[in-house]
This record gives sequence, structure tokens and C-alpha cells, in this order.
Amino acid sequence: MESLINLGSRTLGKASALGRAFLMLMGAIVARPQPLKNTPLVINQIYVVGVQSLLIILVSGLFIGMVMGLQGYTILVSYGAEGSLGPMVALSLLRELGPVVTALLFAGRAGSALTAEIGLMKATEQLSSLEMMAVDPLRRIVAPRFWAGMISMPLLAIIFSAVGILGGHLVGVDWLGVDSGTYWSVMQATVDFDKDIMNGVIKSILFAMVCTWIAIFKGYDAIPTSEGISKATTQTVVYSSLAVLGLDFVLTALMFGIE
Amino acid sequence: MTSKKVELMVGVFVAIAIAALLLLALKVANQGMSTQGETYELKAKFDNIGGLKVRSAVRVGGVTIGRVESIELDPKDFVPIVTLAISSEYNEFPDTSSVSILTSGLLGEQYVGFYPGFVMYDSEPAYLKNGDYIEDTKSALVLEDLIGQFLFSKGKD
Repeated sequence: MESLINLGSRTLGKASALGRAFLMLMGAIVARPQPLKNTPLVINQIYVVGVQSLLIILVSGLFIGMVMGLQGYTILVSYGAEGSLGPMVALSLLRELGPVVTALLFAGRAGSALTAEIGLMKATEQLSSLEMMAVDPLRRIVAPRFWAGMISMPLLAIIFSAVGILGGHLVGVDWLGVDSGTYWSVMQATVDFDKDIMNGVIKSILFAMVCTWIAIFKGYDAIPTSEGISKATTQTVVYSSLAVLGLDFVLTALMFGIE
Repeated sequence: MTSKKVELMVGVFVAIAIAALLLLALKVANQGMSTQGETYELKAKFDNIGGLKVRSAVRVGGVTIGRVESIELDPKDFVPIVTLAISSEYNEFPDTSSVSILTSGLLGEQYVGFYPGFVMYDSEPAYLKNGDYIEDTKSALVLEDLIGQFLFSKGKD
């Protein structure tokens, strides 16, 4: 009996949290657009969320590409198929690793920062003060951060894939001696712009929405104490990562599954 | 609120992303080369197309001149019809040309090898036009058939 009550209250809690998250998102993005007033805010947030994540994306993209070049080469060379290194690196980066690893890094680097920032604003009653001044915090604080995440993450994912492919080239061609022409031409024969690159971009747009939404909501809904904010920040990273990995399987099955 | 430095950095960020997308589109997917330009269609019937796929290359002596546009089964003869989209740059192939399905390397992908025929100078040269069928075709080599033939010929010895 006790456990049933427990289960019921947890389910109700989750459902109402989902409802609040949805209302928050609607309040933030369904509003009369004010490009003149809001664009500078969004640009500022793109700087915080996107530009400052650039370094970690570049470095990890380069190293993941290099590792894939190295591992792929050692396996492919035993079949005499090292010419297929290019498409192997390119397809795995464009379809999976680019969007997914970018989303995971984004959740850790930018998502947690968003949660902590908004949570602290709530704890120090800055959000309430904005409301006192008749400024809607959803539009002033939440909406620019949401759009900044939506814009930044696909761009970061594209940069990640491109740098990774160059990293694979660095190891495969310059170091291990795969022919440079083979690397690019077999890749070009295999990779399709709409099917591979655009599907990767669509994936990263959806991941951007999920990650940013979770990060913002966890901050906005945090219990305004130091403990509450620390818990919300942890939950942001955990929930975003799980959501991205789960969603990735569904999207892969839809995009690249049986046709 | 938004300082010039922040705007500059965001501009640089977006520019890097556009450069990366261009790199992916042009260098990785070769979007500019493969689908651009006028093409015309040729058709060919094969007995067996093996692992040929839509978008596989059509090559003359190793040079890619087109791609496989579509693959379908003839509803009457039950043989595959392969439609080839050939770049209009190369529109003077004699109608005695032949095509065969080849494999690049031991484990590589399959492509259509195109062998231009000879032009008879004493008669009016006839070229392949849009929608023509290439009569002379050689099917893909199926490994199982090959092994079967080998075992059969061994058995007769």
C-alpha cells in the first residue's frame, strides 16, 4: 500500500514537472518576436554557449577522428581494405559521433552552466525582481538561452565532424600511409549530402532542443537553495546524456534503418 | 549590452561553422561534382546485377562519367533494368558500346564499366541517345556461381 502511494505520488510529480517544462518552453518561445530587442541577447548567449564551447569541441573532434583513423586502419589493413578508411571515419562521424558526442559535451560544458546560472538567478531572487519590473523572465532570460543553444549545437556538430575527418586524414594518410586520393575519393563516392550530412544536422538540431530544454527547465525549476542547484546541475547532465543516447537510437532506426 | 568583441567572436564562430559545412559538402560528399550538370539516360538489361546500387558509378576506363539512376525489374522478362544517368558532356558513344558490372578491388563496391564500341566510318555513325537500350551487357560475377562452375568442371575430370 505504502509503495503504491509512493509510486502514485512519483508519477504525479513527474507528470506535473513535464507539464511545467512544456508550459515554460511555450512561454519562452511562443511570443511576439521582437528581433531588435532580442537579437543582441541571443548573440550574447551564443558567445557563452557556442563560442566558449568551441575549444573543447575542436580538441575532442580532432582526437576522436585521430583515434578512429588509427583503430580503423589497424582493422581494415588486415583485410587489405585500408582504402575504406575514409568512408568509415566520415560516415561514423557524420551520422553518429558528431551529433552525439557534441550533445554530450554540450550537456556537460554548456548545459550544466545554464542550469547553474538560471538556478542561482532564482535562488538570489533575480527572476522575481525581473517580474517586479514587469519584465517577463521567460522571454528575457530563458528564450535567448534556448535559441542560442538551438543555433550553436548544430554548428558545433558540423565543426566536430569536419575536424574529426581531418584528424582521421592526419593519422590515416600523413602518418600511416593511406593514399590521400583514395581517402577522399572513396569517401566522396560513399557519403551522400542529403542522406548522411543533412540527417546528421537534423539529429543535432533535435539533440540541441532536448539538451537546452532540459538544462533551462532544471535551472528554472530548481529548488532555490545551494543543495537544490547542485542537484539540478547533476540532473541536467545525467538526463541530457540519457535522453540524447536514447533519442539517438530512435533517430538512427528511423533515418538509417530498413528502408 | 553586446560588446563588439562578443559580436566578432560569434561572427568568427558562425564563419568557422559555414566553412566546415562547405568542407563537408564539397570535399566529403562531393556535392558539386556528382549531381551537377546535364545528364541523359541510357538503359541496359542485365541477367544479374549482383551488388549494384543506385548512385553506383559508371566508368569508362576508370573515369566516372555518370551514376546509376534507378534499378527496376522488367515486369515481363523478369530481368533487371538499370537506368544510367550519363553526363551530357559525353554524348557520342556508338550504339555498339557495351556495359558490364565490375567490382573495384577484391572487397570494393560494384560499378558499371562502360566500353565504347567502334564507329564504322564507311556508314553513318549511330550514337546512343536519351532512353536508348544498350544491347551488349555482361552481368555481375556472382561468387557462388563461379564456385559452382568450378566444382562442376572438376567433377567431370
